[in-house]
Amino acid sequence: MKFERYGIGIAKGLTVTIRHLFRHPTVSQYPEQRLNISRRFRGNELIWNLEKCTGCGTCAKTCPQGAIDIVTSTEMTENKYVVEKYQVDTGYCIQCGLCVEACPFEALYLSHAFECAKYRRGELVQGKEDMLETPERKVSGYFFPDKAEKLPRQTLLVEKVTEKQ
Amino acid sequence: MAIADLNIYNLVHLQPIPPDWPGGFWWHWLFFTVVIIGFVLTMVMGVIYIERRGMGRMQSRLGPNRTGPFGLLQPVADAVKVLLKENIVPDAADKLVHWLAPVIAFAPVLMIFTVIPFENGALLADLNIGILYIVAISSVSTVGIFMAGWGSSNKYSLLGAMRNVAAIVSYEIPLVLAIVGVVLIAGSLSLNQIVVAQGIPFILLQPLGFLLFFAAGCAEINRSPFDLMEADSEIVAGFHTEYSGMKFAMFYLVEYAEAVAISAIIATLFLGGWRGPLLPPWLWFVIKVIIVFFVMVWTRTTLPRLRIDQLMAFAWKFLFPMSLLNLFITALQVLAGWPTELWWLMVMVNIAITATMVLIWSKFFFKLGRGRIEV
Repeated sequence: MKFERYGIGIAKGLTVTIRHLFRHPTVSQYPEQRLNISRRFRGNELIWNLEKCTGCGTCAKTCPQGAIDIVTSTEMTENKYVVEKYQVDTGYCIQCGLCVEACPFEALYLSHAFECAKYRRGELVQGKEDMLETPERKVSGYFFPDKAEKLPRQTLLVEKVTEKQ
Repeated sequence: MAIADLNIYNLVHLQPIPPDWPGGFWWHWLFFTVVIIGFVLTMVMGVIYIERRGMGRMQSRLGPNRTGPFGLLQPVADAVKVLLKENIVPDAADKLVHWLAPVIAFAPVLMIFTVIPFENGALLADLNIGILYIVAISSVSTVGIFMAGWGSSNKYSLLGAMRNVAAIVSYEIPLVLAIVGVVLIAGSLSLNQIVVAQGIPFILLQPLGFLLFFAAGCAEINRSPFDLMEADSEIVAGFHTEYSGMKFAMFYLVEYAEAVAISAIIATLFLGGWRGPLLPPWLWFVIKVIIVFFVMVWTRTTLPRLRIDQLMAFAWKFLFPMSLLNLFITALQVLAGWPTELWWLMVMVNIAITATMVLIWSKFFFKLGRGRIEV
């Protein structure tokens, strides 16, 4: 005798909900508790290495949004480019990572930050000084597996569910 | 009992003056009015908290936990927010009806509590027709809801109100028939007498009646899965689409006060009201109300909303015949007499009867074509 059509489904559903009641909730209290985001997370900012950059402008050429603005001048004595102006409008950035992939000298990285909301559009433009790597402004592991290994592992929701209360 | 005896009994019983109260009737009236209003408002706040937190945990969330310790002040914050909001009345609305609707919806819910005993004899009016009074008065809030739907001059409001009226008309019948079973066993319509008669809670003697009353009660107060009148995925917010500010707060209050009222009625009729060991009676009553409400939250979280034809079919093809059968079986049992020393046997027999009835009628329900109108 099959009990499929005699209200057994309601009983099954009720047991599911009551089991969830005594389970650890999967949510985290955001500002206080933070999950580790993916190591290869493409952050909202770009990080630029002043020493490695030669001012070739490949990043600006590949950018589909035209968000990167680079102005260089030639220094004849050392026979190389000097980057006079390098700025990114992160408001236009779509985090595609093409600039990072295109850079022939590995001088450009995506950042690991995600709290980059600003009050004014003008504040979204990153100047030269705002693009250097600092302890607060970490480099994402995107396109750089060696950098990804040093970042903390991502927290998975599955781990939170099985975690003891 | 002869008719003359009945009249004398009624006359004696109708004397509402508790002799041991100084000042008599008026003190009694004032005291219990204040108690009822306080009880309803505090219970509504507590119940909103239980619903939001319990439902959150059942959905693997936490629920509101920002306001006060454990989010206990969330209902207060909600109330303050909604009271400070602008009161918007549509241009095409019937102003008077739109204004009166929340009041008419709210008053009967408070009036239900006049006959519900908090302790032995501790109630505003020990009417000898208590449960009949509840059945009569609880339907009045539907008028308020229909006024809200009509007065808003909004198609969604009107649809929601129409659905509500249809549901109430259908579910009133199994609700009352489920009550009659209890009344047959208790031998009284007074809620205090019904509680006094419950040596063992009537949920054991009337398991089928309890199920029917619970389902019909949930439909009566439009709790999920029967919340068709404010189905937000279908008709925006139903009858209170055009309400805001304090009037909306009133409807919100009505929704939860009705849930508390139905929980209190179920606790009184089926779970033995204020009876219980050790703890004071009023605390037992509150605990039972909260348990019943928790079961409502539980079913609300679990079950998806019914379609309108399924709603009607469930009332007329399932609950109505089942309640008639329940009444018949109970009447037979009462007629045969209750073997008081073998009450546990009666409990088992009744539970077995309930299980077989539900199984057989579920089978038959499919033969009847479920939600379809033609068979």
